[in-house]
Amino acid sequence: MTTTLDKTEGLGPAVAGAAPYITATFRIRRFNPEVAEEAAWEDFEIEIDPKERVLDALHKIKWEMDGTLTFRRSCAHGICGSDAMRINGRNRLACKTLIKDINPEKPITVEAIKGLTVLKDLVVDMEPFFQAYRDVMPFLVTTGNEPTRERLQSAEDRERFDDTTKCILCAACTSSCPVFWNDGQYFGPAAIVNAHRFIFDSRDEAGEQRLEILNDRDGVWRCRTTFNCTDACPRGIEVTKAIQEVKRALITRRF
Amino acid sequence: MKIHKYDTVIVGAGGAGMRAAIESTKRSRTAVLTKLYPTRSHTGAAQGGMAAALANVEEDNWEWHTFDTVKGGDYLVDQDAAEILAKEAIDAVLDLEKMGLPFNRTPGGTIDQRRFGGHSRNHGEAPVRRSCYAADRTGHMILQTLYQNCVKEGVEFYNEFYVLDLLLSEVDGVKRTAGVVAYDLATGEIHVFQAKAVIFASGGNGKFYKVSSNAHTLTGDGQAAAWRRGLPLEDMEFFQFHPTGIWRMGILLTEGARGEGGILRNKDGERFMEKYAPVMKDLASRDVVSRSIYTEIREGRGCGPEGDHVFLDLTHLPPEQLDAKLPDITEFARTYLGIEPYTDPIPIQPTAHYAMGGIPTNVQGEVLLDNTTVVPGLYAAGEVACVSVHGANRLGTNSLLDINVFGKRAGIAAAEYAATADYVELPEDPASLVVEQVERLRSSTGTERVTEIRKALQDTMDKNVMVFRTEQTLKEAVDEIAALRKRYKNVSVQDKGKRFNTDLLEAIELGNLLELAEVTAVSALARKESRGGHYREDYPDRDDVNFMRHTMAYREVDADGNESIRLDYKPVVQTRYQPMERKY
Ligand SMILES: Cc1cc2nc3c(=O)[nH]c(=O)nc-3n(C[C@H](O)[C@H](O)[C@H](O)COP(=O)(O)OP(=O)(O)OC[C@H]3O[C@@H](n4cnc5c(N)ncnc54)[C@H](O)[C@@H]3O)c2cc1C
Ligand code: SF4
Ligand code: FES
Repeated sequence: MTTTLDKTEGLGPAVAGAAPYITATFRIRRFNPEVAEEAAWEDFEIEIDPKERVLDALHKIKWEMDGTLTFRRSCAHGICGSDAMRINGRNRLACKTLIKDINPEKPITVEAIKGLTVLKDLVVDMEPFFQAYRDVMPFLVTTGNEPTRERLQSAEDRERFDDTTKCILCAACTSSCPVFWNDGQYFGPAAIVNAHRFIFDSRDEAGEQRLEILNDRDGVWRCRTTFNCTDACPRGIEVTKAIQEVKRALITRRF
Repeated sequence: MKIHKYDTVIVGAGGAGMRAAIESTKRSRTAVLTKLYPTRSHTGAAQGGMAAALANVEEDNWEWHTFDTVKGGDYLVDQDAAEILAKEAIDAVLDLEKMGLPFNRTPGGTIDQRRFGGHSRNHGEAPVRRSCYAADRTGHMILQTLYQNCVKEGVEFYNEFYVLDLLLSEVDGVKRTAGVVAYDLATGEIHVFQAKAVIFASGGNGKFYKVSSNAHTLTGDGQAAAWRRGLPLEDMEFFQFHPTGIWRMGILLTEGARGEGGILRNKDGERFMEKYAPVMKDLASRDVVSRSIYTEIREGRGCGPEGDHVFLDLTHLPPEQLDAKLPDITEFARTYLGIEPYTDPIPIQPTAHYAMGGIPTNVQGEVLLDNTTVVPGLYAAGEVACVSVHGANRLGTNSLLDINVFGKRAGIAAAEYAATADYVELPEDPASLVVEQVERLRSSTGTERVTEIRKALQDTMDKNVMVFRTEQTLKEAVDEIAALRKRYKNVSVQDKGKRFNTDLLEAIELGNLLELAEVTAVSALARKESRGGHYREDYPDRDDVNFMRHTMAYREVDADGNESIRLDYKPVVQTRYQPMERKY
């Protein structure tokens, strides 16, 4: 062997030295209707480097202990929105949560996000969530002839909706919202965030239509400003602020 | 088993698949089958930008872009295709802007552009600002914008459907496309999709490496399905290692970080790229920078107690610039390393990133059966395909471009084909291969575990088929992969259920990775030269006499059912540019 690449093994600790493994207990809410009608908690004890992600722990359990443990994931670094779940009672992405940051001395609880039907273990039915998103016309609407080159937009106008372009549709916000838990008809914060993204885009011409959609019985007025959504958002989007801006636009009709 | 019938079926809903879908839905009855929800696709992870010679901020033109692409690919690029890529880049970016993509803007309100590795003014004179970007989440914005437009156009998606087989039927001695077979993750049901045209847009196969920027789901399912049906794979030995992955994790830190002025340093704080690439320095092409990093490490100038990484230094850049231009990657450093990039350099190492090779196509996206013959009705676009616009090494920002240009082309070509062609009769018992594969895995009592075989595969690939290769390392890899493939026959899964059986799907994905790893290692062993991303220490020079040609690998099965790989070669299309020595 001539290369020096043999030192790249393992996800490994971020700081070299003896691997400071700990024993952690993951208490996972299991549900598989093919096996049992009721959901139940199950404990898994694993040895793991606390600087690894909760997703790494779930993989370790799935790959080494119980292959039936089921969850969604893809990118493993907080960009695809697959793995929102309730970890120690708070909505987070498993791939963006390091074990050391969630008090691993005590059992770490992991369960599916709330308000959407659980299909198996940590997998929920995302359809109602995406339907609410699709209902707010989440696409640019313009009229008239297209320009030959790009549409112009000042840096300030672009900045106006920058925050809400970051959304990865993970549903952490919507499934942390008490209004949504009680009434699945509510559009939920994520749909409003994505409406905001277009309402405040200077190039768009369908703001009025989207505002009317959100003026509905199940629209923005249901929001009780609990800030759960803002706390839950793994992209750091000021969700509550975006909802407030939409409410204000509905009152003033200026955006 | 359910049977569906569509004019056009698209496999994959990343950038390439959705760009194709927007075109083909307008022209033909189209279904998009995707194993992930569209917005979960790995296009969303792309950070740095999309190349186009818009000349919004400085003089530029598509001919310079073509040259950079050809040179970046170490002259293995098909130059007719590169020219199309560079020319159509401009409309591809403008199309996205019109669809709503929120690009960063210049003070004049036009699309802003920044520097990126290997992109230069006037044939290598100096770096040029060609990359159109939206902060460091350009891929996210492309994926979102395309999905938004798919919603607008009413594109029909089958989410969490895994395509596991391609159906070809022989008509009058000609292989033609009949459809695909898919597995519905939610129910475990098998669906046959009969289609006049099929477009593979199923992405890359980087997961046969461990330290990788690729998602867990990038397992080369499309390449493997075509391979098993006797179609060739082109240039699989060319795999790109991106210089700046987060040390040991592989998470990507965009080249845009160096485009904004970031500098690579060794343990002495030296800006070592000045030695290897005096003009382009930190912005030399990726293969050059990755090799330079490992040269530093091998010569004892790596950082950390084990000397196994180098630093990406952003500390001299104003925090406001980092916040505005590189917010996501600076957050990655904070989240995963606990490092503050304002004040501390970030430990990095090269990370397995991009498959230059794949299913061979022509510039219309039509899949090739050999060097020249197309398979009627079959198309491929995006990372799964090899046109070849990237040759031996892809330039940064050219893939987001590739998926848009060739996604669009494939979408139009497939729909137009479907408009005139007839359905080809499905083969008898069309789902048999998939049913058999799924049942075998589900009922197997074998003792081998997916996780162990996958780890062994990734270990051998990371060790032997990496940035530096030799006859010896490649032979070792070929042998080990063959042994792993034998063990794989005895693999079993724990989850025997039908509902969301990801245990089963991971086993199938591993099977795909094993086959593709073998093709990669065998192709690399035969290429006794160094070119672009393929560097042979025992053959350190480029050999244009013997190897200025694309590798075409074929799966052969003898009468006893034994598999082997046959290698053939395909000429490179050269138009304007004569091969020159590559210097940055
Ligand atoms: C971290 C990172 C950063 C990057 N940054 C840049 C950049 O700045 N500029 C640039 O030009 N390039 C960049 N690239 C490269 C570029 O992003 C990718 O090459 C490109 O996005 C691939 O797009 P795609 O549409 O071919 O595949 P993907 O986006 O990977 O999509 C693949 C699709 O296929 C589907 N699929 C896969 N298998 C199956 C199956 N069996 N059945 C059904 N569906 C299936 C998936 O669900 C998915 O929808 C980057 C890559 C990475 C990893
Ligand atoms: S707003 Fe934040 S929490 Fe809500 S879906 Fe988007 S990214 Fe997830
Ligand atoms: S796996 Fe992609 S966001 Fe966590």
